[in-house]
Amino acid sequence: MSDIADRVKKIVVEHLGVEEDKVSENASFIDDLGADSLDTVELVMAFEEEFGIEIPDDAAETIQTFGDAVKFIKEAA
Amino acid sequence: MFDLTGKAALVTGASGGIGGSIARALHAHGATVALSGTREAPLKALADALGERAHVLPCDLSDPAAVEALPKDAAKAMGSLDILVNNAGITRDNLLLRMSDDEWQSVIDINLTAQMRLCRGVLRGMMKARWGRIINIGSIVGAAGNPGQCNYAAAKAGLVGLSKSLAAEVASRNVTVNCIAPGFVTTPMTDKLTEEQKAGLLAQVPLARMGDPEEIAAAAVYLASPEAGYVTGATLHVNGGMAML
Repeated sequence: MSDIADRVKKIVVEHLGVEEDKVSENASFIDDLGADSLDTVELVMAFEEEFGIEIPDDAAETIQTFGDAVKFIKEAA
Repeated sequence: MFDLTGKAALVTGASGGIGGSIARALHAHGATVALSGTREAPLKALADALGERAHVLPCDLSDPAAVEALPKDAAKAMGSLDILVNNAGITRDNLLLRMSDDEWQSVIDINLTAQMRLCRGVLRGMMKARWGRIINIGSIVGAAGNPGQCNYAAAKAGLVGLSKSLAAEVASRNVTVNCIAPGFVTTPMTDKLTEEQKAGLLAQVPLARMGDPEEIAAAAVYLASPEAGYVTGATLHVNGGMAML
């Protein structure tokens, strides 16, 4: 697993308080990991901070799963 | 009770009567304060009077870029930002028949839009810290209306709706958002009223006197305190009974 994926997973685990093995490629933050809408905003903020990138709102809306987040950040970072 | 030691508060309009009193009261209860306003001299004078734990951050609330920067500057100056008191406000009174778009818009910009921007700007840090207090200073006029103040009343009523909605959005992060709605308080803003106007207004106040800025500040200290942790989305009316809401 790439470094970026590890760092994203760490943020998700810490923020949502879920088990690491639940954070799979297709795990949806809201449907599978119990995030509410505010959590998803906070996750995006945490990603921005961790990776020093800007994630605009329309892009943030497309980040629904762990895999989406890793893919977006890989392209942006 | 009401110990704010270790908390950092940003107060806008701190050069004014109510804002200055709020800043003094928060400071007296142990908070570090950032004093904001357009006029630097009175802010400096207040900071000097307070001594330690006081920072001066002038800001023109009609300048969106300056408003965006203010929470960041405050957090940098104080190390954190735990309490926001959105107190600054202006009046451009006129009967609606005569009110210009500019009179309307400038009041909406300074009394509502700037407040929204400051709320937005402080949220990130408060949500992360899982502790925050936002106190928006509304007005009795926002609930009861007042001839000649369609713009001011609309902005102040808007602040209540903003506060309630935001309170619901961030409650899960232990950030509370409340309003204080002062009635008729002795400040430079009300000094402009004629004696006749004052007498007319006082006739509607069961406590039969004007409020002191310190009496508004006491409400702010309460809402900022840990003891008010279960109060959110509320409007605390401090108006001598002028309107019992």
